[in-house]
Amino acid sequence: MAEKPEQQEKASAARPPLSKWLPAVLVGWLVPGGGHFLLKRKGRAAILFGAVLLCFLFGLLMRGAFFSPQTGDLFTTVIYCGGFVGNLASGILYLFTKWMGYAQPDVAGHVHDYGTKFLVAAGLINVLAMVDVYEIAIGKKS
Amino acid sequence: MPKMNLTHFEASLLFALFISVAMGLTTKKTAREQLIYGLYCFGCFLATLVGLAWLMKLGHG
Repeated sequence: MAEKPEQQEKASAARPPLSKWLPAVLVGWLVPGGGHFLLKRKGRAAILFGAVLLCFLFGLLMRGAFFSPQTGDLFTTVIYCGGFVGNLASGILYLFTKWMGYAQPDVAGHVHDYGTKFLVAAGLINVLAMVDVYEIAIGKKS
Repeated sequence: MPKMNLTHFEASLLFALFISVAMGLTTKKTAREQLIYGLYCFGCFLATLVGLAWLMKLGHG
């Protein structure tokens, strides 16, 4: 019985408080590189912002399609829900583009296909950036 | 909005560039390590691209 408070103390010590990392990670999601900027890593913020923005813009210029969540068999669910999460991870870029009415249908052709992948990749780069922000915020990384 | 037409090779190169930059920046600590790892990732992407292209060419005869 005496061990329980000790274990709880250890667990709470291992888990950093939300207030320490959540604002930076949320800003990092909404504006690519924003989390790094908030944590005063301005150079890294600028490069990550540029990488996500350019990847997203190339995807749009290649007329890539956005995923919308669909369920069915496992393969469909993973591809469409995963793709949607990847798109959503671009933050403001995705939200603004949808808000402006971009609705490219998924058509055949390698350029469209690359465009779709570029749009998802932009979100995935931002996920990498968000993980980096989290590690910097909790002091695991400089 | 103009439509961009890229070849498979150009699109793959761009993709490799963006991912390598992000991988280098987010996984290593010092600027030198980031640069070296970014270049390493880019090289690996290129090698895979050329390797798979040759594999497909040889496979198709």
